[in-house]
Amino acid sequence: MISRVEKAAIDHVLGSEPIGWGEVARAATGGRTARGGAALRARRHLLLPALQAAQEAAGWVTPEALDYLGDRLGVASADSFGVATFYDLLRTTPGPRVTVRVCDDIACSGASLGELGDDVAVEPVSCLGHCAHGSAALVHVLGLPDTVVAPVTPEGIRLAIEGHPAQIEPNETGGARDLLARVGSVDPTSLADYLRHGGYAALEKALAIGPAAVIGEVELSLLRGRGGASFPTGRKWSAVSRSNADTKYVICNGDESEPGTFKDRVVLEGDPFAVVEALTIAAFAVGAEKGFIYVRGEYPLALRRVGGAVVAARGAGLLGRSIMGSDFSFDIEVRKGGGAYICGEETALFNSVEGFRGEPRSKPPFPTDVGLFGAPTVINNVETLANIPSILLGGGKAFAALGRDGSTGTKLFSVSGRVREPGLYEAPCCASLGDVIDLAGGPIGTFRTALVGGAAGVFMGPDRLADTMSFEHLAALGESYGSGAIVVFDETSDMVAVVRRIAEFFRHESCGQCVPCRVGTEVQQEALERFLDGDATQRGILEDVDRVMTDASICGLGRTAASAIRSALRLGLIGGAP
Amino acid sequence: MFGAGGGTSSYKEAEETDLIILWGSNARDAHPIFFHHILRGVRSGAKLIVVDPRRSSSAEFADLWLGIDVGSDIALANAVGREIIAAGLIDSEFIGRATVGFDAYREAVDGWTLQRAEKVTGVPAAAIQELAHTYAQAPTAQLCWTLGITEHHNGTDNVFSLINLSLLTGHIGRWGSGLVPVRGQNNVQGGGDMGALPNKLPGFKNVTDDVERARFEAVYGTTLPAENGWHISQMFDAMERGELRSVYVIGENPAQSEADATRTRRLLGGLDHLVVQDMFLTKTAQLADVVLPAAAGWAETDGTFTSSERRIQLVRKAVEPPGEARDDLVIISDLAAHLGHDWGHPTAEELWDELRSLSAIHAGMSYQRLADHGGLQWPCFDESDPGAPFLHGRLWEDPISGPPAPFTPVEWVPPIDELDDEYPIRLTTGRRLDSFNTGVQSGRFSSPKRWGESLDLSPEDAVAYGLADGDVARVVSRRGSVEAPVRTDRNLRPGLAFMTFHFPDQVDTNLLTKDAWDPKSGTSEYKATAIRVERAEEPR
Repeated sequence: MISRVEKAAIDHVLGSEPIGWGEVARAATGGRTARGGAALRARRHLLLPALQAAQEAAGWVTPEALDYLGDRLGVASADSFGVATFYDLLRTTPGPRVTVRVCDDIACSGASLGELGDDVAVEPVSCLGHCAHGSAALVHVLGLPDTVVAPVTPEGIRLAIEGHPAQIEPNETGGARDLLARVGSVDPTSLADYLRHGGYAALEKALAIGPAAVIGEVELSLLRGRGGASFPTGRKWSAVSRSNADTKYVICNGDESEPGTFKDRVVLEGDPFAVVEALTIAAFAVGAEKGFIYVRGEYPLALRRVGGAVVAARGAGLLGRSIMGSDFSFDIEVRKGGGAYICGEETALFNSVEGFRGEPRSKPPFPTDVGLFGAPTVINNVETLANIPSILLGGGKAFAALGRDGSTGTKLFSVSGRVREPGLYEAPCCASLGDVIDLAGGPIGTFRTALVGGAAGVFMGPDRLADTMSFEHLAALGESYGSGAIVVFDETSDMVAVVRRIAEFFRHESCGQCVPCRVGTEVQQEALERFLDGDATQRGILEDVDRVMTDASICGLGRTAASAIRSALRLGLIGGAP
Repeated sequence: MFGAGGGTSSYKEAEETDLIILWGSNARDAHPIFFHHILRGVRSGAKLIVVDPRRSSSAEFADLWLGIDVGSDIALANAVGREIIAAGLIDSEFIGRATVGFDAYREAVDGWTLQRAEKVTGVPAAAIQELAHTYAQAPTAQLCWTLGITEHHNGTDNVFSLINLSLLTGHIGRWGSGLVPVRGQNNVQGGGDMGALPNKLPGFKNVTDDVERARFEAVYGTTLPAENGWHISQMFDAMERGELRSVYVIGENPAQSEADATRTRRLLGGLDHLVVQDMFLTKTAQLADVVLPAAAGWAETDGTFTSSERRIQLVRKAVEPPGEARDDLVIISDLAAHLGHDWGHPTAEELWDELRSLSAIHAGMSYQRLADHGGLQWPCFDESDPGAPFLHGRLWEDPISGPPAPFTPVEWVPPIDELDDEYPIRLTTGRRLDSFNTGVQSGRFSSPKRWGESLDLSPEDAVAYGLADGDVARVVSRRGSVEAPVRTDRNLRPGLAFMTFHFPDQVDTNLLTKDAWDPKSGTSEYKATAIRVERAEEPR
């Protein structure tokens, strides 16, 4: 039998609609009728939130909870087990009372946890987005909200386990102050303060000038997506706005998981109302009535902040029916990710919201035609959306004037590693790699290389310091700044360990759906190990598997899984001179 | 239906219709290929309603499931009809133009109020009303049924009660709207089409029709009996009377598949001569005087199959049959030669062409065309005829061509095997996904989902009888008793039990069932047996 707390937690997510099967429905109808079908399938999207609620109640997802979900959602236990096991943050085996997940990713160093009790499990975890602190841990305590400790100290861990986590010092931010204007100065928990800082003027203007003019400004701004793919935002919006579909969606992609990247976290934590306002403007522009903000599960503070912002906006009539007295209605649901890097891929994120394993879909069809729940969908990165209010208020032309060619506005760079002042920096176009590193106080020691774009990015050597971090320049070289992560290494850095960690990362994060990536990331890691052990013939294997993954994978994960290793070999960071 | 022995619709229609009703059909388990078509329809937005005493695996996909009492289908159908009339949802224009007998029907169903139907069927009135309104208001609807409708003592009347609903609403003769009796085997339809029925010649011509019979006699060069033959239930009655003394069984295992197996085996064992022609040494074959090993109908022989959508498809020989097994055609031709008739050794195609010369609905289907089109659907009258995706489109012509379709009022009669204090539980039988009929063909393949026979009981009944999963129960009917392990299933309600007949060597379920048969179709009442349940041994 399912425990009362688990049942209550699941019921809280699913509500009390009398559809589905199980003891309650069976008793209610004497086993004579049952309702399900389309009405039941339409609730499948509640599966991940329900699994998360069940785990919060019991510490793990029990078989009884899966069976109960099967009754309530019409999803077979084997199916929901498949979903649960997809996500690292969900466990399907009994867990200890406390789990401390310590970041061992490329930008973080080992950290001392101090003495921990027998009821505490310690597990390694990929990047938690606190790279500027040099170490971080995610602490789960049964019955308490998740917390992050950064940097990791024995005292910090002890306090978190006891339920009194210390506040994390904000990251260093600097550079231009367009995008980050309010971060650090506005109270992120106060709608009133956001309004005092000029909040919601952009939505007001949007409602006044109408959807077509809004899209016109965004197109004029030449804004490109900041999630990594750099697709023109105006073109996305305009494609969805032209669709005649009855239902459309807008999504804010806050599943920031690229190792070394923490820009979206800082924006979500520091200026959450701006994201809510921007998503509302997007919805108005394209004709959507429902939006989602999907935030990775490792960002508990960002989740609380953005959740609070949505509630506050709804309370003030800035979400819901007839927003600001207009005939425009729109609401937002905040979704918590399950600890899967791949869910940052837009179509994987759709599947995750819909209650399936977060496996990417083949494109085409593109999200603007067939997106969330099969409807035309705008999905934008947090940073991309954060640009929208100022584009509307200052005009698309002015925004475009901030840059050169197609690289307009400012760009956020998460800078960590061997620099004096690691943090989040806003750089105008077209700063060079050296400029951005200088914003962060310059390198410590002798600059050796920077990993630009995270695990999916490329290593750049000293000869690249003058390269501009612009879309055009890098695209011409077949590269990109990706998520804007810059991790700096000097002569003391253990590059072999870093490259190893990247290979391990992709092997772990491959969703396993397509063969090139599933097999390729394994072969890559194993060939790399042999190569590092001195078997030079493995270089050919690495090149072969690189070509296969890059050419034939379904999504960007597989297509970029060899990128950093390829550049590390080229630069001679591992295995000697090329 | 309306003179043609086949479903009216194409499988594809299930994918494109607005509403699918599975009435007395657990297609998910018993007709999994057809269910794939249904699922495509569901995925495209069709509603699915399932009428079944059990909340079957098909019902798990349904928008609405109605858990009726076994054998109360006519009560439900008549109430649905009455409600459609009372709510003003009939298609008056269609009824006026294309049907006869509406007034008599309306009168016959007038007493079937929702409340009365609720009492008889056990289904809440609101659900019956929803079924009625949904069916009547759907732009197109496929009404599908299988043995849950036909394996009753009044199976034919059950079918009529459903046909009446299609006439009320005009859900017949249009793409997407039709009546679909799903067939349980790849070629049941073909068997009937070829005249393997006691009252029909190939192409559904009546045996008693002198003109038609003369046509066949001319081509066959022989005299055919002018009277209807026996269907299988009548054959066993004739054995009982001593009139039928010799039997030639081809590809059938009545010793295990017929109701009341004790009687069946006694009668087969008492024959003067029993010949069995089969791929396997079945239980029936083991009783035989002569066994003729047959080649497999697919891969080892040429010929045709006809699916439930009336589609004739070619099958081609790919390998030689093993051992002494031979093509049915060769066996029969040689047997004829031994009996003094030289039929030569015609090929499957030569026989097919002979059939085409006699059966107008097959006339247009040459082997070449069947190969070119990937099969054709009858009727197909000549070689320029593309075949018929659905039947009875004529009912939508104005005026219609041919005779109007008749309403056939039918009255509800409860199952013969009544429940009482001694036999208080209703046992219904059926199939599971991974087994086929008596298991002769499927039993030799392993399946992770097969647990052998079990007596499936509601959790409430299991508690009431003090039985837990795995305990062995004795199941007693008025005809016999068997022992089977108990399996609780919350898809059953109290008072309803379920068994299959897939494992006759382990549990001979048909020792329990009733051989009362439908006088119109000859089908036995497998679906409604009164039983009691007892503990067979001390708990393990």
